[in-house]
Parts: sequence; structure tokens; C-alpha cells
Amino acid sequence: MERNFKIWRGDAEKGEFKNYAVKLEQGMVVLDAIHRIQVEHANDLAVRWNCKAGKCGSCSVEINGRPKLACMTRMNEFSPEEVITVQPMKTFPVIKDLVTDVSWNYEQNKMIPPFKPRKKKNGIDHVMYQQDVERIQEFRKCIECYLCQDVCHVLRDQDKKEKFVGPRFMIRLASLEMHPLDIDDRIPKIKNDFGSGMCNITRCCTDVCPEHIQITDNGIIPLKERVVDRFYDPVRWIYNKLFGNGAKQE
Amino acid sequence: MNNEQTIGGYEAGLFQTHRPDTWWLEPLLTGLGFLSFVIYTTWAMFQGDYYWWSAGSEGFGGYLSPFYSPLLFIEESAAGSAPLLHAWFGPWPEWMPNLIPVTPAILILAGPLSFRLTCYYYRKFYYRSYFLSPPACAVAGVHQKDYKGETALLVIQNIHRFTLYIAIGFVAVLSYDAFLSFFRDGKFGVGVGSIILFLNPIFLAGYTFGCHAFRHLSGGRHDCFTCPQGKEKVSFKIWQGVSWLNGRHMFWAWISMIWVALGDIYVRLVAKGYWTDFSTWGN
Amino acid sequence: MDYSDIQTIEHDVLVVGAGGAGIRAAIECADKGLSTGIISKSLLGKAHTVMAEGGIAASLGNVDSRDNWKIHFRDTMRGGKFLNQWRMAELHAKHAPDRVRELEEWGAVFDRTDKGLISQRNFGGHRYPRLAHVGDRTGLEIIRTLQDFCVHQSIATHMECTGLDLVLDGDKVSGLVGYWRDTGRFVLFKTKAIILATGGGGKAWKVTSNSWEYTGDGLGMAYRAGAELIDMEFTQFHPTGMVWPPSVKGILVTEGVRGDGGILLNSEGKRFMFNYIPEKFASETADTEEEASRWLEGDKEARRPPELLTRDVVARAIKKEVEAGRGSPNGGVFLDIASRRPAAFIKKKLPSMYHQFKELAEIDITEEPMEVGPTLHYFMGGIRVNSDSQQTNVPGLFACGECAGGMHGANRLGGNSLSDLLVFGKLAGDGAANYINSLTDQLDCSNEEVSKIIKAATDILNREEGKNPYLVHEELQSILQTYVSIVRTGEELASGLEKLQALKADINEVFAHASAQYNPGWNEALDLKNLIITAEAVTRAALIREESRGAHTRLDFAGERVEGLEYNIVIKKTESGMHAEKIQRDDPPKELANIAFASLKELEGENLGA
Repeated sequence: MERNFKIWRGDAEKGEFKNYAVKLEQGMVVLDAIHRIQVEHANDLAVRWNCKAGKCGSCSVEINGRPKLACMTRMNEFSPEEVITVQPMKTFPVIKDLVTDVSWNYEQNKMIPPFKPRKKKNGIDHVMYQQDVERIQEFRKCIECYLCQDVCHVLRDQDKKEKFVGPRFMIRLASLEMHPLDIDDRIPKIKNDFGSGMCNITRCCTDVCPEHIQITDNGIIPLKERVVDRFYDPVRWIYNKLFGNGAKQE
Repeated sequence: MNNEQTIGGYEAGLFQTHRPDTWWLEPLLTGLGFLSFVIYTTWAMFQGDYYWWSAGSEGFGGYLSPFYSPLLFIEESAAGSAPLLHAWFGPWPEWMPNLIPVTPAILILAGPLSFRLTCYYYRKFYYRSYFLSPPACAVAGVHQKDYKGETALLVIQNIHRFTLYIAIGFVAVLSYDAFLSFFRDGKFGVGVGSIILFLNPIFLAGYTFGCHAFRHLSGGRHDCFTCPQGKEKVSFKIWQGVSWLNGRHMFWAWISMIWVALGDIYVRLVAKGYWTDFSTWGN
Repeated sequence: MDYSDIQTIEHDVLVVGAGGAGIRAAIECADKGLSTGIISKSLLGKAHTVMAEGGIAASLGNVDSRDNWKIHFRDTMRGGKFLNQWRMAELHAKHAPDRVRELEEWGAVFDRTDKGLISQRNFGGHRYPRLAHVGDRTGLEIIRTLQDFCVHQSIATHMECTGLDLVLDGDKVSGLVGYWRDTGRFVLFKTKAIILATGGGGKAWKVTSNSWEYTGDGLGMAYRAGAELIDMEFTQFHPTGMVWPPSVKGILVTEGVRGDGGILLNSEGKRFMFNYIPEKFASETADTEEEASRWLEGDKEARRPPELLTRDVVARAIKKEVEAGRGSPNGGVFLDIASRRPAAFIKKKLPSMYHQFKELAEIDITEEPMEVGPTLHYFMGGIRVNSDSQQTNVPGLFACGECAGGMHGANRLGGNSLSDLLVFGKLAGDGAANYINSLTDQLDCSNEEVSKIIKAATDILNREEGKNPYLVHEELQSILQTYVSIVRTGEELASGLEKLQALKADINEVFAHASAQYNPGWNEALDLKNLIITAEAVTRAALIREESRGAHTRLDFAGERVEGLEYNIVIKKTESGMHAEKIQRDDPPKELANIAFASLKELEGENLGA
């Protein structure tokens, strides 16, 4: 059985869709098909990939208009007559074919104040309970595929890369802010520099996350609420002044 | 669709996408669903009549439309209005400007409405359905010259927490109304209306106490749930419960919204005599 | 050609490879005040370390306080069939706990015990629960922690930059020529020292858990620069890789499945591992299902289930079952956890396995057994280094992680890889810093050498026609899969070697279409010359080790031979091509030998800090 593909080929200057036919094998994923195309028709077809098991987050592309990992998209998701369109991610500049320049993401990561643990007492190991770490373990599942960054309309349609770090790094910020050992305070930066207010919680990031992280509900909204605590809620402000906020103590 | 393709094979312009599915269906349906609610609510609010029914008795009990509760002031002359003793502050005051239509609902509806409009779930779908920002995932929306998200005018969304406090008040008031609905002229009983009005505050509570702001306040604001004693705080258990509700926030939002309208429709139909309320009291 | 028109970047030390070992080495170098660069074939954080699932072995003693470094050392030596470099195994066992604590200090969030400490799980060959873990995504946690820490150190990360060859000044390393994947342009790194952390060469096999990056780059580069390779015959086949569907054949199924209670069954529904317990482990392994179940429930008196024997034993057992016609429909055996643990437990402890089978094979592992079979997973062998400094016999060239050899001997225990990366990554950084501090010469990179490297790379693009690199690679994979497999014979190895020699001609004629800019065809062609060295080294070493030991099994030489303990096999480049020879092993320090051969009772009592 053959399947037809429409793959965008080109570089930063120009390009077009090209059609390829691939013979199907059992259990194939889209990345397998792309590899067959490389072997049989186009040795130089550029695609990023590594683990081929949904663990490294390299093979992010858009398949039939949806941001997806090529290695986790099974061919039997598509009907036999469907032509499968594969494009590079829209939000980032194209390098070649399906490969985009994602270096902007690495720059954002660098801006985030690093983990700052409280001091160990007499060199004794930190004590943290499973209940306390579970919430941030969800965020740390992130494989940095940047599909959420790609689909986020603030970056994708509105091109506000200078104002908003994007869902991936809101999740990273959440994993630091909610870390039981961390004593740094990033809330002002989250509001002012990282742009928590730019997010209008339309939740596409959560929809595309291959790790099924509840980016919006568990990450971004709780951060927005912490920003409210600090900047928009006089009642809590007084409460915190009087009783402390419990957040950054032990 | 003949727009010039940009690098990567993307066309510029509103609604451009390579998604072959019916991506427009969900924003369309949710958009229309909420619009019908708004239209009906507005209509019902302006009626000012047939919002209360107790089969003609004026004793303890009766059905009150949830749109009209709490009744701050009552204009007794309106058909199907509640007896004056139900008013918190008495008859419709003379000092009330003429500009304001004589209907108790208009005084209170802003409360629950502001809670819903600033709700994190509602924001999702109305930004999608009405602002097309974006219309659906990976579908091009309206490109604004200088998109500001919720940092400029919409910074107002941050009042959600205060609207939550109001909403909790409404849950309390409507629970009392539910209690009242099991009585007619001081006699306990059950009618179809009682069941509808009984479910109403339950759904509302499911929605209100699953709210993201409540989730934060109830425990989410802590970095550590066991500190400093190494034992789970009570707030952890509450937070877990709230999180469970929160994971189903969309469900609670819709069921509670539809039910509240249904409550009004039911009371209105019965009060107008278009519908018979089956009950243990008999008619 | 003058390299003045080639981009030149200067660093004190360049780390090649950005997996766990590479980043840890770079962090150490930067900490020592060296100007440090790191290059990686992929993006930062995508290295193969993310595929490590089960955990990182360190005798923290959080779950069972009887554990200490001596027992970890003893387990490692026994797992490695006593062919490990004694000093490396010692350093590893001693330093691992500190490396784990350090990760926590850098933000890693391990699963916790009831007492709030880092939790540890059971794994094959480890006497006690020893693997600190995060569900079954421990590698991801470690690489992300290192990555996020390293971006705040003064380390220059050069992503998607592939090393081609090392440049020497006299006998010393003085630089490396590489190319940027995105542009295809060349770059010369001028350095005082280079740390190789490039991983293994699993991509020489057809069925492997390794990704495209695993082409033995470090092995090839070091070999060409005159460094020696050691223990190359020991290639680990992980017993449990996916076998169906064909497109995912080889993808890893973590040992954690067995550590958390999973059992292996043949087509007759029999728990066959009870039939394959080697004599040496008989006293520490359960011999009834009843005892194995008690162990799982936490009975400290019960012995371990046979599914947790070392990987070589389990892999061979699976192969035998399949050959005897008791395999699963797709040529593996069944790995069953569904009937052993509740669904919620499986989803909590093995989330990515659940996800992987659900999405790639449409199998719900909480309801059905998995089909698994051996897959090439890891190179015990690698570049020969000094046990303390990690320096090779080429001055200024260091190696750590999977691409270095010696630490694991004939077989690696699960969980010892992640700890290996960190322990020896740090030591390699230390070693490089010491070397640079004592370095007095001014090093240079000669035009001639640089141009030669670049020309060899551009030739592939400039040919009119030639072999398809993908097909040559497939050919190489099928040679190794057939002739240098999990069970070997002298005859097969010899014909494999012959076929590899013939393939060299094809490799010299590969041709890549189009330009150098992000051209996977060209990249593949360049990787081939490292892969072939790797493949040849494994084959040659396997041919002269005439015994069966650890991961190396010879049908024509069954069982361990006493003399097998006396040598390691070393591969080096000579005028006449690749040469493999046996070198005498030194006698172990008495203290270490005592520990390795001590009984458990003797070691358990001790509570040793250091």
C-alpha cells in the first residue's frame, strides 16, 4: 500500500511543496516515512530527529496543519486516500526543509534565574516528600519539543517573541517557583519580563503537548494567580505582610 | 486560498491553516451556545415578572428564579412577583433612578456574570470564538498591530479573585432558595421545581469551588504542602479536592450555566401557567 | 588551502558531545576557570542520555541502609566478570552518591521515600535498591538538570556542530575540525585539551536502542589520532527492546519494568528465567516463584527474582527460548507486569513505558503483556584511558562516558551508566584542567592537517556519482546484525570481518547529493567512516577473545576461561591497519580484591562514609 506525502522543501529564501509516495509497512510512523523518502528519493531531505520514541523532542513538525512529533504520529491515523502534508514549524525561522532554527528558545532559557536551593543544615540531605515534588515533576517531564511554543498564537500569529517567553518557559518558571527547595523569587520578572500577562490562556499549548502536561491549568494559571497575589490583590498583600505567604519559607 | 505562500508553506491571512478537520465547529458551537445564554438572560432580566411561584400561597417556601436571587427590592405590582417579605430591603425604592428598569434581576446579575466573564475557562472560549485570538489551534487568527494580551485593557481579568468571593455569596443564597423550594405555605414537600432548584446550587458550587483562583487560594499558593512539620497540611487535601473539580471546570461551567437558565425558564413557565409543576403537594 | 578563511574558535578545552558526561565535564572545566566549549551533533538536551530510563546507581542507602560503596563496587565487578579496571570501578562506587546529591543541589527532583529522601529502586545485578530515579525518565531529569545548570556557567555551547577529526601538534592534541550542520561550513577549534564524550556506536547494528547520533564518532576520531580502544568485544544487548511493530524494533523497554515486578514468560506461559540461573549467582537468586514474590513484597530475607540477573544472562536466555520455538508471535518473549501490579501503580512508576506502548504499538501494558527481545544497547568498551585522569595515550585527549572503556568490564549493570557519566565526566574535567595547568608548549594547528580533513569531507559532495550512504549504512548494519550478534562464532566473525573490509571500498565511494547545508545524506556519509572503525574494532576484538564472558558469548568457546581474566584486548592503529592485541592485566590492589571477593555479610555490617 502506498501513501502520498506533500512535504515542504526549501530554505530561508524560497521553497515549495513536493510530492512523494511511500510504501507502507506495519506500524509505521510519519518519521519512518520521511526516512524512507530520504533513502529512496531525497538523500538531502533535512529533518531533525534523535530518539524516535517521543523522549527527546527533536522531530517537531506540522503534520496536516497540526504541530506534532513525527516519531509519535502513526500512519494509521490517516485515511488511505488522504495526502499527508508535512511542514516545518511555523513560529521559527526555517533553516532547511523541515528543520527550523529554535535557538530563540535557548536564549529564553538562559534569561531565567537559575535554581537557588536553600542551604543544607549541617550537610544533612534535603528532606522533601513525594506530595511536594509531584506537582513540579509534571513540569519536568517536558522534553523541549517546542510544539507549545510553535502553536502559541502570541508567538505564532502575533509575533511577540520579545514580550513573552512562551508556554515552555512558563512551565520551566513554574517548576522553579513551586520547587520546595528553591528560595529565589521570580514573580516580578514573570509579570514584567517573561510576560505572564501576554498569555490569554486559549490552551493550544496544552492541546499539543506530547507529554500531556497541563501547561495552562497547572502551570501558567497558577503563576498568573501568584502574580495577582503580588500585584493585584490588596487583601492578600496585607495578609502576607501580617502573616507571611508561606511560600518561600521552609 | 491562492495567497502567496510564505517560507514553510504557510499562507498569510485570517483562518489560514492546513488542518483538514472541522476545526471551526467547536468555536462556533461554544460561541453560539454562550450567545444564546446571554440573549435569554438579558431578556429574562428585563421581564421583571413571573419569577416567583408558590401556587398562590404566601407562606414559608416557594420557587424563586435563580436570575432574581437575592431579591434586594421588590415591585409587588408586577405579575408573578414574590411577596414583599422575600425582599432583603423592602419595596422598590422611589430614589431608584427611572433609567433602571423595574426588575430585581438587574441589580444583581452583574455579580455572577462578572465571575463567569473573568473565569479562566470562559476566557479560553470567548477569546477563541469572539476575538478569534486564535480561532482554533494552529489556525491563523486576527493579527493585531501590537498584541497586548491581558497586559493592557484586559488586565481587568485579574479581578477574578474578587468575583469569586461574590460568587461564593451567590452559592449560599441560592442554597437557601433551594431549601425554600421544598416548602409550600410552610409545608414540606417535593416538586419538580424543587429538584431543579436543589441541583442548581450544587452545580454552581462545583463550578465555583473548582475555580482556578480558589485552587490557588486553597493551597496552590504553597510551594510545600508538608512544611514545616513534614506532615500534610489540611490545605493539601482541600487543594487536591479543588484540583479534581478544576480538572472538570469546563463541565461544571456549562452544566451550571445551563441549569441556572433552566431554573428561570421553569419558574417562568409554571408561574405563567404554561406548565404544571408535578409535586407531592398536589395542585 | 589556508585555513585563515575558515572560522576559528579558541578554547582551553573543547568537550565533544553534550550528553551527561560531556556536560558534566564542561561544568567541571568551567568551574576550574578554563575557557570551555562544548559541541554536540544535536541540540542541547537531546543527547542519548534522555533515553536512560531506570535510574542512576549510587549507594546512598536511603531504602536499605545496609548498602555502601563496597557492595556497589563488588556488584559492579561481579557484573563485569572481573574484567573492569579496578580503580575505575572503585572511583565510580565511591563518588556516585556525591554526584547524585550534587544533582539535587542543582535542581533535580528525584522520587522520594516515605521519609522524604531520594528514593531508590531495585535493578538487575544490584544487591540493594540503589537506583535513584524519577519514574522511568531519569535520564531526561539528569540531562535537563545539567543543561539548565550549565547555561549559567561560562560555557560556550555550539549546537548542531559535528566533529570530523582531531588535529595534533606533534604528539599532543591541539584542535578539532568540525562542521556546522545548518550551514555545512567548517570550523576549527584550537584548544589545549579535548574531552571526548561522544557515546557508543550502536548504529552499527540494525536492532538497537541507539539513535542516529550513535556512530562511534569519538572512537573513530581517537583511533585515527593514535589512541587505543579497549574491551571492544563487549557490546551489551539489552534483554528487553520492543520487537513489534517493525518500525520501532529495538526501542528500549526499561529494566525498571522487571525491577518493579515484571516477569518474563515464554509462549507456554512459563516463567523461564528460573532455568537460566548461573551457578555463580545461584546463592543470591530465588529458585521458586514463591520466594521471588516474597522478595517483591519487601521481604529482606528472600532472594532476588531471576528476571533481575545481569543483562547478558537475561538476553541470552531470551534468545534461547526464541530459538527453541517458545517465543512470542513476533520473535520475542512476553514481559508481563499487568498481572503483577495494579494499573495505577504501573502508570505512576512507568509512565513513559505506558505511553510508548500505547502510542507506538497500541498495547495497554496495564492489561496485556509486552513482547520484547534483545536490542543492542551499550558499549562497555571504548577509548582506553587512565583510570584517575581519564587521559588517553594521546596527551591532551581525554574521554569519559560511554565512549571511554574499562569501567564496566565485560558487562555493565543497569543504572551504572548514568553514574559513570557524572563521576567520570567530572574526573575528565579535573584531568583536563591539571593537564592544561602543567602544559608549557604553545600548540598550533597545521594548515596541512586541517586542509586534509576538510578535503576528505568535501570529496563526498564533489563526486559525480557514487554509493548511496543510507544503503551502505544499511549494509553495514546487516553485517553486524548477522555476524557479530549476541552469540558469536569464530567462523562468523571472520566472515563478518571480510565483509566489513569489502564494505570499506563502498564507504570510500559514497556520494551525497546537493549542498552541504543541513544535508543528512552528507552527514550520514561522514559518520560512516567512524562506524566502520567501530564495527571493525568490535569484530576483531571479538575474534581473539576465545571464551564466553559477560556480554561476549562464543558458541565455539563456551564458558569462562581462567586465562580470560588475565588480559584486556586493546585495538590500535598501525601502519598495516587495525591491530588487536591482548594486554596483561595488572593485579588488583589487595584491598579492592578483598572487597570484591568478600561475602555480603562481611560488607553489610560496615557503615562507611567515604
